[in-house]
Amino acid sequence: MNIHEYQGKELLAKYGVAVPGGGVAETAEEAERIAKELGGTVVVKAQIHAGGRGKGGGVKLAATPAEAKEAASQILGMTLVTHQTGPEGRLVKKVWVEEASDIERELYLGIVLDRATGRPTVMASTEGGMDIEEVAEKTPEKLLKVPVDPALSVWPSTARRVAYGLDLPADLVREGTKFVTNLYRFYDEMDASLVEINPLVQTKDGRILALDAKVNFDDNALYRHEEVAAMRDEDEEDPLEVEASKFNLNYIKLDGSVACMVNGAGLAMATMDIIKLAGAAPANFLDVGGGASKEMVENAFRILMDDPDVKAVFINIFGGILRCDILAEGVVQAVKTVNVNVPIIIRMEGTNVEKGREILEGSGLDFTVGNGMADSAEKVVAALNR
Amino acid sequence: MSILVDKETRILVQGITGREGGFHAGQCQKYSREFAGGGGAVVAGVTPGKGGQEADGVPVFNTVAEAARETGANASLIFVPPPFAADAVVESVDAGLPLVVCITEGIPVRDMVYVKRHMEEGEAVLIGPNCPGVITPGGCKMGIMPGHIHKEGTIGVISKSGTLTYEVVAQLTEQGLGQTTCVGIGGDPIIGTMYIDLLRMFEEDPATEAIIMIGEIGGTAEQDAARWAKENVTKPLVGFIAGQTAPPGRRMGHAGAIISGGEGTAAEKMRVMSECGIHVTESPAEMGLTMARALGKA
Repeated sequence: MNIHEYQGKELLAKYGVAVPGGGVAETAEEAERIAKELGGTVVVKAQIHAGGRGKGGGVKLAATPAEAKEAASQILGMTLVTHQTGPEGRLVKKVWVEEASDIERELYLGIVLDRATGRPTVMASTEGGMDIEEVAEKTPEKLLKVPVDPALSVWPSTARRVAYGLDLPADLVREGTKFVTNLYRFYDEMDASLVEINPLVQTKDGRILALDAKVNFDDNALYRHEEVAAMRDEDEEDPLEVEASKFNLNYIKLDGSVACMVNGAGLAMATMDIIKLAGAAPANFLDVGGGASKEMVENAFRILMDDPDVKAVFINIFGGILRCDILAEGVVQAVKTVNVNVPIIIRMEGTNVEKGREILEGSGLDFTVGNGMADSAEKVVAALNR
Repeated sequence: MSILVDKETRILVQGITGREGGFHAGQCQKYSREFAGGGGAVVAGVTPGKGGQEADGVPVFNTVAEAARETGANASLIFVPPPFAADAVVESVDAGLPLVVCITEGIPVRDMVYVKRHMEEGEAVLIGPNCPGVITPGGCKMGIMPGHIHKEGTIGVISKSGTLTYEVVAQLTEQGLGQTTCVGIGGDPIIGTMYIDLLRMFEEDPATEAIIMIGEIGGTAEQDAARWAKENVTKPLVGFIAGQTAPPGRRMGHAGAIISGGEGTAAEKMRVMSECGIHVTESPAEMGLTMARALGKA
């Protein structure tokens, strides 16, 4: 799960990670009041779940509270387009107003899980403020990777390696190690899957601050972090995906015209692939899961049909735990209650497949039954071209 | 011959009194009776607080150590809910069981980081979590896969996915190619056993003639395995990667199936696998056919 920059900074501050003072505002007047309280020059930053906000005009410097009010009124309500939002952009509903920092150097600090070794890894670079993937690719010697033994967590020697790796001046090494240690403690205790401080800044008045904060959380662990779960912003997600998540359906909206309903994530991806190979494009990823009920299948169908781009539906089920007869009953019921005006191609294999086919044939509804993945995908494309 | 499980496997089910655990323990028993002559059966169940009870004729114990001592169980199959599943793995490992198969989906990644660290020094093998389990056709079904689609034979199957594994097994069987053992390694970011360990086991198994590995987008496990296989595997190897059409940055169902920073794309994985001499197919409909061709049988 993603959260906003302001939420990330609030959580980090609780762990003793140094962040600039600031406050969140939903109106220009609130932004003005926060700027007045902070005193001095402030930065007004659009709060959306996407990077590249500065280039898109979503970050403005304001020397006075009046300027902060003006900046906030420009940013609030704008549709911000960045390289991460897609061409449709995102509506800005909140701004974060923070004290401007007098920057000496911009650095990079991140913590991610190295899947190959199973160990969290602290990544640090003196090349802050840049795209870190680019640094990793072009100048890998400038990216320091320090693996952490989860049984020890970050000990002072580990943190010092990072601090010295960032070329911090002698009088800031202690503050730097504290920053790294606290950031790791946050990452570990809060079940974060990614923490990225880019840039981490060294200020002219000798401080180390998280100027930006990108934090992702492990969805599987949200049950033990109510505070984080409450930070979910549904406005930042696709409405159909929000709807699907209410029914425990794994749905991701894509931009093709063939809706897919599949059991199992791997088979769902393979189904998208075979649609592409057959010459069409998938409208979504949808995994109805191993233990889907009739109701789940029906809800899944409704969500697929809510996408106006859908021109055909491809149902690909390999019955294991999910029995084909249960699926067939769900599909028949769904087609009867949901208004479906596009062709439906069904491929079923596995547990109770004969019963499932009988139910489909006995329903009197117009289904096309495919034989294997390739044949079914071809039938889907033929239906599209009809 | 086979790897990991056979007729000598004595399964212990953690979470046997739950809905999923109870149902699948029954399915494993049924497979043992119908396809394995009573071998590879479930001999014990474990649910703390329910020791002394029976679940469908299987004795239930409070702890794994006690269950193993009393019944001679030598492998644990886990159906415990996500918040407690990592702990269940640790209990089996600490009880000295050589094989642990964890079916549970949705375990927090941090829990698995700690489990993996705990297991570093020991000899126990963990399959999963978030996997369909392991099956040796005609020997032992230790998982949730539909047993009847499998057939005894000479192909080793390794896959990150559940239903896609069934798909490849069905395609192999259709080509007349049976399987030695099929292993679902799991779709999570941190799993107990990765491709390389299993490639080594299949390479050393005299009954396995060829191996098929099915991967997904995300991480670099497939590339690492392909490079290792180039140096260490002499048997024909077939590969497929699901998610060629997946958009970057999105988690495709499985927690581990995400492309980040240009790393872990299907195209990249398939390129490395091909370069390492693996017979790669782009079509999920031709996994079985590609194997038959690799063996000169199609």
